[in-house]
Parts: sequence; C-alpha cells; structure tokens
Amino acid sequence: MIPELGHFALILALLTSLVQGTLPMLGAAMREPRLMALARPAARAQFLLVALAFGCLAWSFVANDFSVQNVASNSNSELPLHYRVAATWGSHEGSLLLWTLMLGGWTFAVTLFSRNLPAPMLARVISVMGLVSAGFLLFLLFTSNPFERLVPAAAEGRDLNPLLQDPGMVFHPPLLYMGYVGFSVAFSFAIAALLGGRLDATWARWSRPWTTVAWSFLTVGIALGSAWAYYTLGWGGWWFWDPVENASFMPWLTGTALIHSLAVTEKRGAFKSWTVLLAIVAFSLSLLGTFLVRSGVLTSVHAFATDPARGVFILIFLAIVIGGSLALFAYRAGKVGLGGSFDLISRESMLLANNILLIVALASVLLGTLYPLFLDALNLGKISVGPPYFDTVFYPLMAPAAFLMGVGPLARWTRAPLPDLATRLRWALGVALATALVAPFLLGRWSLLVAFGLFLAFWIFASTIVNLRQRLSASPRSGLLAKLRANSPSYYGMVLAHLGVGVFIVGVTLVKGYEVEKDVRLDVGESVALGGYDFKFAGVTPHPGPNYRALTGSVEVRKDGRLIETLAPEKRIYNASGQAMTIAAIDSGFFGDRYVSLGEPVSADASTFDGPWGIRIYLKPFVDWIWIGAFLMALGGFLAVSDRRYRLALKTRAARLFGGTAHAGAD
Amino acid sequence: MKPRNRRFAWIVAGLCLLGVASALVLSAFRSNLVFFFTPSQIAAHEAPQGRPFRVGGMVESGSLAREPNSLTVRFRVTDTAQTIPVSYTGLLPDLFKEGKGVVAQGTLGLDGVFHASEVLAKHDENYMPPQAKDAIDTARKGMTMKSLHQETKAER
Repeated sequence: MIPELGHFALILALLTSLVQGTLPMLGAAMREPRLMALARPAARAQFLLVALAFGCLAWSFVANDFSVQNVASNSNSELPLHYRVAATWGSHEGSLLLWTLMLGGWTFAVTLFSRNLPAPMLARVISVMGLVSAGFLLFLLFTSNPFERLVPAAAEGRDLNPLLQDPGMVFHPPLLYMGYVGFSVAFSFAIAALLGGRLDATWARWSRPWTTVAWSFLTVGIALGSAWAYYTLGWGGWWFWDPVENASFMPWLTGTALIHSLAVTEKRGAFKSWTVLLAIVAFSLSLLGTFLVRSGVLTSVHAFATDPARGVFILIFLAIVIGGSLALFAYRAGKVGLGGSFDLISRESMLLANNILLIVALASVLLGTLYPLFLDALNLGKISVGPPYFDTVFYPLMAPAAFLMGVGPLARWTRAPLPDLATRLRWALGVALATALVAPFLLGRWSLLVAFGLFLAFWIFASTIVNLRQRLSASPRSGLLAKLRANSPSYYGMVLAHLGVGVFIVGVTLVKGYEVEKDVRLDVGESVALGGYDFKFAGVTPHPGPNYRALTGSVEVRKDGRLIETLAPEKRIYNASGQAMTIAAIDSGFFGDRYVSLGEPVSADASTFDGPWGIRIYLKPFVDWIWIGAFLMALGGFLAVSDRRYRLALKTRAARLFGGTAHAGAD
Repeated sequence: MKPRNRRFAWIVAGLCLLGVASALVLSAFRSNLVFFFTPSQIAAHEAPQGRPFRVGGMVESGSLAREPNSLTVRFRVTDTAQTIPVSYTGLLPDLFKEGKGVVAQGTLGLDGVFHASEVLAKHDENYMPPQAKDAIDTARKGMTMKSLHQETKAER
C-alpha cells in the first residue's frame, strides 16, 4: 500500500509540476496576476508530494518490504537501520528521487525567501524550476520507477553494495546533490532574467546568495566524497580523476567562476552576459554529470545502471535544456549588455582572468572526460585518459589562478596602479619566497614542485593577511573589535575561503611531495621499516560484524623501538553478496596520516589466513589539510551568505509581509 | 590606454593564454592516452610492444598462481577465444576473482607476457567492466567483428 501511495504522489507531483512550469510563465508573459500567483502554491504542493513519495520509499526500505524491486535489489534485512535509510538513495531510482526532492526543496526555499522579488520574476523563476522538475519526474515515472513491485516478493534482499555501506553514504550524496541541484536556482534566475529582458545589479544580488550556498554544499559534498574514497577504497588516494568525480568537479569549477563573476556584476554591473552564460553552463554541467553517472556510460564504481532507454531520455532532456537555454541566451544576450568598463590592471580584470583560467581548466577536464566516450560511441577504439593527463594540465592552469588570488582582493575596482600593488604586496612576496626556499629543507628534501606549491600557499596566506591588516587599519573606528565589526561577513567569508584554498594547496603539495607508499609481504611477527617507523604484523583474528564476517589484522607501529600504537585494518566479507571489502586503519594527525590496509593472504596454502599477508603501508604527510581546506572554503561561503546586505532584504521582505496583508492573503 | 587599445590588449592576452593552454592540453593528451586491446587483438599482433595499454577480459578459472616469497602473481586473461598471460606485482583489488571480469594496464613483454602495473576491478559482483564485457562479446561474435575492427583501425 505504502509504495503505491508513493507512486501516486509522484504522479500527482508530475501534474503539479506541469502546472507550476507553464501557467505562471504564461501569466508573466500576459501580465496576468492570478496566473502568476499560482507559482508559489504549486511549487509548495509539488515539494510536499515529492517529499511524501520519498518518505514512502524510505519507509519501504526501513520496513524491509522486499516486494518492492528497488528494496529487494539494494537492501537486506541484516543491514543496519541507518544504512537502510541511506539505501533509499543508494540505487539509481532512489538517487534520482533524491535529486527531484532536492530540486523541490530548493524551489520551496525560493518561495520562502523571495517575497521581495517582482511577481513576474518570481513566477518565471519558479516556472523554470517546475519545468526541470517535470523532466525529472517524467524520467522517474517512465524509465526508473522506484516503486516497481516484484511479483512474487523476494524472501530476502540482495543487499546494498558493500562499498556503499559507510557513513559516507549517509552524508555524501545528499550534500553533493544539494550543491548540484542548487545551481538550478541560479540557472532559473538567469533564464527568468533573459525572458524578462531585465538583467541588472539587483538580479545579481538576488542570485548571489543562492549560488554561494549551492557552491558551499557542493564543496562539502565533493570533499566528503574524496575523504570517503581515501579511507574506504583501500588504496589511499584522495582524487582519481575518475569520470564520476569529474562529473561533480566540473559544475564546481564553473560555480567557482560564477560566484566571482556574480560579485563583479553585483558591485560593478560588469560581465553581465558572461555571468548569465556561466549560470547556464553550471547547471548544464550538473545535468551532464547526472547523465554521465546515471546513464551507465562510464566504466566506474558509481555506474550501477545500464539501460539505454534511460541514456536516450537524459540525452534528449539535456539537449532541450542546454540547447534551449543557450538559444535563448544567443537571442537575448545583445539586450543584456556588457556593463561598465575597466582598466587592464584592476580588480575586474583579475577576476576576469580568474574566470578564464577556471573555464579553460573546466574545458580540459571536460575533454579528458568525454573524449574516450565519443571515441567509444563512434566505434573508433577504446581508450582511457589517466590521471597523468589531468595532473599535467590542471596544475599549471590553476597555479596562475592561485597567484591572482593574492593580488585580486587587494586591487581596486576599475583601476589599480601596479607600483602601488607591488608596494603593498612586498611583504607577502618575501614571506612566500622565504617559505618556499626554506620549508622544504626542514621537511626533508628540497624539490622544485614542493617549493612552488608552498610558495603559492604562503603567498595566499600572507597576501590575505596583508589585505586583512590594511582593511582593519583603514577603518576609522578605534579598538580591534570595533574595527573587526566594520567589515562585512561577506568579506570575512572571502578571506576564510581563500585561506582554505591555501590550506588545501599545502595539503596537496606535501602529500604529492613526501608521501611514502609500500606494498609488502609480511609473515606473522615480521616487520618492515618505513619513513622512520617500524611496522610489525602480528597476524589476523576473525571478528563477526552485523552483516559481515571480518578478519581484523593487527599492525604494531614503533618509533625508535617504542610502541606508538596498534593499527587494526580489516578485511570484510559481506554475508548477502559474498563481496570482499577492505577497511583501512588510519591514524590521522595534524601533520599527516599513517595508513595500513590488508591485501590478501599470500601463502601457498590458500585455505589458511594465518600465514603471510600482502599489506599496504602508506605515510601521507598533511593529507587531512586537503579536506580541512575544502571545509574552510565551504565555511567561507556560508559566512558570506550571512551578510547583512542579504538580511536587509529579508527585513524589508518581513516588513512587506506584515504590512501588506492583501499580498499575504493572495497566497 | 585608449579603450580600443585596451580591448586589443585583452584579446591578445586572451589568445596567448588560450594558445598556451591548448598546446599544454594537446601534448598532455597525446602522451597520456591509453588504448585498449582484447586478448584476440593481442594474439593478432595488433597491440604495441613497449607502449602501455590496457587489456580486458575474464580471469581464466584456475590460472591464478602466486610466486613464493613475493607479491608477484600470474594469471591469464581470456576473451573466450584467446588468452594472454599476465604478471603483476602488488596487491590485487577486492573484486579480483577467477572467472570474473578484469582490466589490467601495463606493457607487453617480448616473452609475450603482459606485465601489469595496475589491475583494475572496479565493479561489483554482478557488474562486468564494459571494456571486459566488450572484449568477450567481440570474441564470441568471431571473425565478422574482427574484420570490422581492422577496417576501423585502417581508417584511423
């Protein structure tokens, strides 16, 4: 009964989204307030219906209803409760439902927080989101119904893929989708503005907080995914340039360009066309990412679906959304105008350069991700593009962008004299150079790459501090606290996010420069020395888990003969699927990780696990800084959104709400 | 600077950047492409000697053997028509199993053994890596497909 209720709710949601996607749009075109007023209630109803459907699916998982195909293939009665809830979005169908739920949630948020938007604008924004929603609901209902019944019902489920039975599964997909789907708001604002022919600083001020929040969620989502891959896949990498990762990284790169470009449009009225184009591209890439991951065209862990009907549907949907919005852009961009002019050396020009670098980097990632697919589709052979390609292309493109991060925030709008900039940044340059020259010696071995990476990181740190100091001393108020308060949260958000990039660069540089990786064959009692530590293998013991059997290894770590810790890496065999899974034992620290994972028994006699094992031992200096940096960036984003500028808008909204009962009554 | 000169400077700077970026991308791209061959294609001497490539298929049942006192393993990859011996030193992924799909990256030695530097088995129990599946399907379809492959290769 419950699954049918969910199915029915989805059908109603589709009908509602069609109303939401057409009538308010029509109303905006005909200047008919009654049609426009439909936008808000329709969007809310649609969200509630999708939420109801999602709740029904989650209930089916929690209640182990194996008469539902989706539950039978992706869950198991032995699965712990929190993973049964997470299994709701563990399947293809479920994750699309989560996508649609997120889209509904963002639309709902728009109806809540955009009361000061002109009615036609709001009607158009919500309509565009409704149309996107309708596309996804059609896709769900016609190709990927999550409530499909299984007759006869299965006695037991086939279990959630063990790779997904991890706390990462509970948080990573929802946060990632929050980000992915969040760009739909910026997209809808852009389309609405193009339709209405009105694009100005106010438009940028409206879409800016939405974009920043979406970007922050996406940043956290990607970082969590990276950390998850690091500890769960058992080979200690934090980024593989896997197409699925690229699928989430491409919208991030565009989103990063977009939040910077929006800043210029809001403050200076410049880059208007460019900003609109970025908003379209960012969301198009979110859709493309969904297509890549969900159509099963990739050779990768995430691609659990292989059904051409789905691929064709998403391709057509992509063509309509991307083609349609780009055509609209081409038709209307002339009306939008370019906006204010600026000098060759100014904050605008640096932000423009930053944008170009990000987009070129995006193009190179897109090429490396799609080219193998094109060749394959055209039957021209099978190739793969490995991490070396991305490494050689991506880092050189990002280095100048990182350098500009130091200069840009100090440069004045419109015109920034170079000598003045140089004088202000002397000190920062000195610090960065000194660190680059000296620090690698202290860390062990001097190498050009490490020196260069540290130079960029400390250049960002030092120039950000210079910027902060000058901002504070420029304030006429006395007392540090008053001076601190004189700057806006959005300024501190920027500072924090930039410092986060610096922290991230330190992590990447030092891991790349000094990591030690070794695969060894160790007999029980045998030990191996690595990076000043002694790792002694003390054998494995069996441990039962809730839905798996585990062999837990014991590796004693000694430094100068003194026992520091005992690491316990695990090898699990899941009961339902029989699949093996490696759980690494990681000792995380501020200065780096010690990482041990079990391979397999390598004795000639395959029946015993008491003999020698293949063991992977890694030392990963400063690796956690990678994720700390990413979290700082996201935190900066959230801080920026708390700016009074946006809250002021809220206040006027509230004033209108309480003052204008007629308006509220019309809801 | 006059607006026109300024615009010109911007365009030149943009073109320079784009040129450098494209050169970088294309050279990196050319040197990092890894081609994929099936055991049948290798048997037909279509795969390059010395240059890394990927081979895919199924791990032949009963072919896995360990060398004593090292992490070196030997196994054979089959597409049901032909097989190729593979040697690999290191830890095998969790999903590596006899009778299951596998993709390995490495170079073909003069002795006809494929020396793998990386063994990929990124798939679950029911899911075959598309490349490995394709290798087997192609081999099963037999000669017709093979000649087609050679045609497309010749066109390239």
